[in-house]
Amino acid sequence: MVKKKLLRIEHLKTYFYTWAGIVKAVDGVDIEVNEGETLGLVGESGSGKSVTALSIIGIVPSPGKIVEGKIIYKGENLLEKTENELQKIRGKEIGYIFQDPATSLNPVFNIADQLMEVIRRHQNVTKKEALQKAIELFRLVEIPDPEIKIWNYPHQLSGGMKQRMAVARALSCQPSLLLADEPTTNLDVTIQAQILQLMKGLKQKLGMSMVLITHDMGVVADVADRITVMYAGRVCETADTKTIFYKPKHPYTIALLTAVPSLALRRDKLAVIPGTIPNLIEPPSGCRFHPRCEYAKSLCTEKIPPLEEIEPGHFVACHRALEIDIKSPLGVGKTAR
Amino acid sequence: MERLLDKQYLEVENLVKHFPISSRGILLRKKVGFIHAVDGISFSIKKGETFGLVGESGCGKTTTARIILNLDSPTSGMVYLEGNDIYKVFNSKDKKEILKLRRKMQYVFQDPYASLDPRMTVADIIMEPFIIHSHVPKEKRLDRLYKLLDLVGLEDYHAERYPHEFSGGQRQRICIARALAVEPQLLIADEPVASLDVSVRAQILNLLQELQQKLRMTYLYISHDLSTVKHICHRVAVMYLGKIVEMAETDELFDSPLHPYTKALLSSIPIPDPETKIPRIILPGEVPSPINPPEGCRFQPRCIYSKEHGCIENSPKLMDAGGGHLAACPIGMNQRK
Repeated sequence: MVKKKLLRIEHLKTYFYTWAGIVKAVDGVDIEVNEGETLGLVGESGSGKSVTALSIIGIVPSPGKIVEGKIIYKGENLLEKTENELQKIRGKEIGYIFQDPATSLNPVFNIADQLMEVIRRHQNVTKKEALQKAIELFRLVEIPDPEIKIWNYPHQLSGGMKQRMAVARALSCQPSLLLADEPTTNLDVTIQAQILQLMKGLKQKLGMSMVLITHDMGVVADVADRITVMYAGRVCETADTKTIFYKPKHPYTIALLTAVPSLALRRDKLAVIPGTIPNLIEPPSGCRFHPRCEYAKSLCTEKIPPLEEIEPGHFVACHRALEIDIKSPLGVGKTAR
Repeated sequence: MERLLDKQYLEVENLVKHFPISSRGILLRKKVGFIHAVDGISFSIKKGETFGLVGESGCGKTTTARIILNLDSPTSGMVYLEGNDIYKVFNSKDKKEILKLRRKMQYVFQDPYASLDPRMTVADIIMEPFIIHSHVPKEKRLDRLYKLLDLVGLEDYHAERYPHEFSGGQRQRICIARALAVEPQLLIADEPVASLDVSVRAQILNLLQELQQKLRMTYLYISHDLSTVKHICHRVAVMYLGKIVEMAETDELFDSPLHPYTKALLSSIPIPDPETKIPRIILPGEVPSPINPPEGCRFQPRCIYSKEHGCIENSPKLMDAGGGHLAACPIGMNQRK
């Protein structure tokens, strides 16, 4: 079965022009999202995950600018579109869930107003119909007593409820693509489980694609079909979820897997990635991971490794990916629990 | 007065903290209710042990830690350090004795960005305890400073820098060095890695473990993240709405949880392994308000078990299921037999 491509990002570069210098937050990123799949975008803070997502819908905050690249959505380059055309895509074609539900909702409008605004902007409906739709959406995201809760203001809702509301808003026009930027990071684990289950169910029900941005390897293991690992503004590795976990090739992916304390494995000492994330104003030469990589050699400091397909569907950006033989800390398909 | 005990270092007995809520207005403010932050918890920590206190936000973990250090005074209850009643000392207004007691217990705060004074250099921050407690003679202070920096993995030249020049992980190292400056025996670590990136998290967790072995310290480790707790703690207590619902050795708790809340909590952690599929217990609803906690068992409105056994009428007590495994659920206990 040939999967249809919904979104293709080619060599995207988004830079921030600050007084201290140019921050190369996203520096040549290639990402693909197929129709109906969930792509997990994984990386630590400052790896450029969020800026990539903001670039897709064209809301990179100042002083940021998209310098280069193509964002091809359903065959059209979004970067060539005017603001007016983009406004028709945002919210309607591409939904966005922001990281912090508390700050992404307007505190002076009630929930009904905020939901109806999106619905009325993109759909030709009356106020009454819009309200009916908003209540329907609330039911969809499993908020109890939707008729009453919809008149609440954001501060009257708990964190989990606010995030459900944010999901409802993103889904209000049945987008083909949902960008979810750390949708569960600020939530407690039991609430996180609720929201993830809800999003998984809705994705299937509505048949959309999803890009899930997170730093939590546990979340992507559960939800994503394919995973892209990012580090310091570049893509390290892209493959389907099982390959990333059981046959990773990039040293950073492996380090990320070993550094996470896991319920499944008990280790006496956690493997440590030495050092910290590099400064993106003057990023390391060559491979950006080389100062922290135990496999680095002189070539890695000089030449930027290209993202190469080493086996069908498995892309790695590492000069030594085929030379070094490292095992996944999880073993191959071994279940520890 | 010395109490007889078998090597228990810290004992907490029936600790209660209710925060009063006042009605609005300037004149005639009156108490309209109480937030039941901590509601009768007891536990003890052996010398050299790492004791984990786990729970979701708002369950009273941090309040418990603050009460133990007398940063908040308890509504009722006792805390014994090496058999001595600490509130007797704190309430005695004997400054020397209070300082002596404070030297034994130190706190590492959750947010290393907020807990360091931005106008003090690292040297000032770490040497301030020397001035307050005057336990290190002036001529030896610099020496001790460099030793502490070395102990937490920082370099000598870091001493003259200011907090903003450091990354999150390094700041947390500074916080740990500051806590160690008074050579404490008990270190209370309140979510020390929650705000750090995964690759840095492992560094700090390993540092804490190394320091414990080197300096034979006792830890009270507070976290909402069960996977780090499993990694670092010897014994764990699970809190829900101000009460301890289960307490056991770490392996015992993770392998055979008895309380339905612990079970749900464990099952909702995403596991970074796509082939490990554990049955999810998704809890309905959210944590109730601690202002009007539910009657009887506090977990009863969200519990997956039937509400027999008088769960609504009586609040279940912690009972021993054998081998020091305590749980506050009669149904969970019966299932084990």
